[in-house]
Amino acid sequence: MTAPAGADALSCYTFPAADCSRIPYGMYRDPDVFELEQERIFRGPIWNYLALEAEIPDPGDYRLIAVGDTPVIVNRARDGSLHALVNRCSHRGAEVQRNLHGNTKVHTCCYHQWSFDLTGKLIGVPFQKGIKGVGGLPADFDKACHNLQRLRVETMNGAIFGTFCDETPPLEDYLGPVFSHQVRRLFHKPVRVLGYQRQRIFGNWKLYTDNLRDPNHGGLLHMFQITFGIARLSGTGGARVDADGKHNLSWASQGGRTAQEDGAEGGYAGTDRGDMNIRLKDPSLLRYHKEFPDDLTLAVTSLFANAALQQIGNTLAVRQLRPRSADEFEIVSTFFGYEDDDEAMTRHRLRKANLAGPAGLVSMEDGEAVELVHRAIVRDMDKHSIVEFGGRGPVVDQENLISDVPMRGFWIYYCKLMGIRAGETA
Amino acid sequence: MTGTPRGVSPEMHLEVTMLFEEYGRLLDADSLEEWTTLFVPDCRYEIMSRENIEQNLPLSLMLCDSRDMLDDRVYSLREANVFNIHYDCHLIGPVRVTPQGDGWAATAAYSLFQSIQAGETRLFSVGRYHAELRRVDNVLRIVRMRVVVDTGAILTLLATPI
Repeated sequence: MTAPAGADALSCYTFPAADCSRIPYGMYRDPDVFELEQERIFRGPIWNYLALEAEIPDPGDYRLIAVGDTPVIVNRARDGSLHALVNRCSHRGAEVQRNLHGNTKVHTCCYHQWSFDLTGKLIGVPFQKGIKGVGGLPADFDKACHNLQRLRVETMNGAIFGTFCDETPPLEDYLGPVFSHQVRRLFHKPVRVLGYQRQRIFGNWKLYTDNLRDPNHGGLLHMFQITFGIARLSGTGGARVDADGKHNLSWASQGGRTAQEDGAEGGYAGTDRGDMNIRLKDPSLLRYHKEFPDDLTLAVTSLFANAALQQIGNTLAVRQLRPRSADEFEIVSTFFGYEDDDEAMTRHRLRKANLAGPAGLVSMEDGEAVELVHRAIVRDMDKHSIVEFGGRGPVVDQENLISDVPMRGFWIYYCKLMGIRAGETA
Repeated sequence: MTGTPRGVSPEMHLEVTMLFEEYGRLLDADSLEEWTTLFVPDCRYEIMSRENIEQNLPLSLMLCDSRDMLDDRVYSLREANVFNIHYDCHLIGPVRVTPQGDGWAATAAYSLFQSIQAGETRLFSVGRYHAELRRVDNVLRIVRMRVVVDTGAILTLLATPI
């Protein structure tokens, strides 16, 4: 295989520290880096989160998603098996399936009516032999060589993952024990999809994966919970990583220090933040109904590279990152409850959804923060951002929230897949 | 009056039109505290994507099922949230009014443009208002407002109400 265009783009940038405590801005802005990521990350040896089985429960059900910037159909075949197919006709390259979701027996391209079964097999080519021996495809055209491109698929508790790469280890190994547990925790019983939220952010997708691995910003940027006296950075929380450091769990549990205990010495001195004497008129939004065996009230699991599983109180969702270019990505969030939720619990989850997503009271700021960085880092591509909260060196679990160590874990693994030797030059 | 459904007087149609005008004007003027007074105390305000509605999925982008919750949302925007600094410009289309129960149902299309401080504008959202209105103490008030956004893929973030 020849090297993708821009493979030498990486030589422009230096990661001065092997622990990735410095990240060159160019990694977020360079279109050649983006091109390379599609090959080495999204089509590389990783499992991409695709969809939930609950979204395609019946044979013939399908949904359109994206893996990196590649359009993909996820569907259930007649025998119940799950398939992920590149949504690109093997003939002229058109999108085969145009509906965002639905149920079908075959995917038929509207352009020249080539049709594919739900395993991606090419089953119909109109006028293949022409009319009365005139026209049509050459006699040696072999339909079997022109199926839709398939991704390998594995599932865990109803969460569907896919990979383009033959070398990707089994899903359970890729996730490791900590993150397999997180997937099984959130999907411990059958789910019911409550709806979707979409957000287009005009910044690089890795500014968002950074954000997910930066517990430190939670109590400084997202001030809803602090303003209303609900949570503090000094509360009980932390981060867990896997052996590679590529996945991250940001967690917090209720019953940490109160705002009053924190007082003026709580670390907010010198900021205009931290007024905690304000009460909501309707505090029912903040009620938490314990529903997991552990005490976590916040658990955001970021899976390398395209997914985040979210528990914010009783607001449950899975977010899929869809990079569109170096300068734009989409977050598609699938909110869900459980099949055995009663009406009151469903209503509670729908109200609590106010906390998350593009209009979320504790999340809207992320869209702004990503765009602020993306705009300002233009031009000085080999200058660096600083990642040193929680210290330098090895990436390990963090027992506090004043840390962005997991961010370095992402970058160390990213560099490994991209073929970047971090720390070589100063 | 041409196009006015049977059962709604031209005066009533005008009154609803003026309420929608006021609604858009207050949002554009960033008078959010005054905007919430257009709603009754047990109101419901929600922004939903067309995508969810067409799949019969109940999730909103924003949901306030009381005036208190709406006031909290506005207060949070003022005191807690950080969002893109912008100006809103609502263009609200002609209103269609029909009698419903002891009040009225009203729908209108809208376009919402957002501009930044440096004077660049983008089309932020298009969709439709579906309102239920009732007269309270001789003043027309909003009981329910469902904003159905065609622009379900929110640009950047959604802070200020539509």
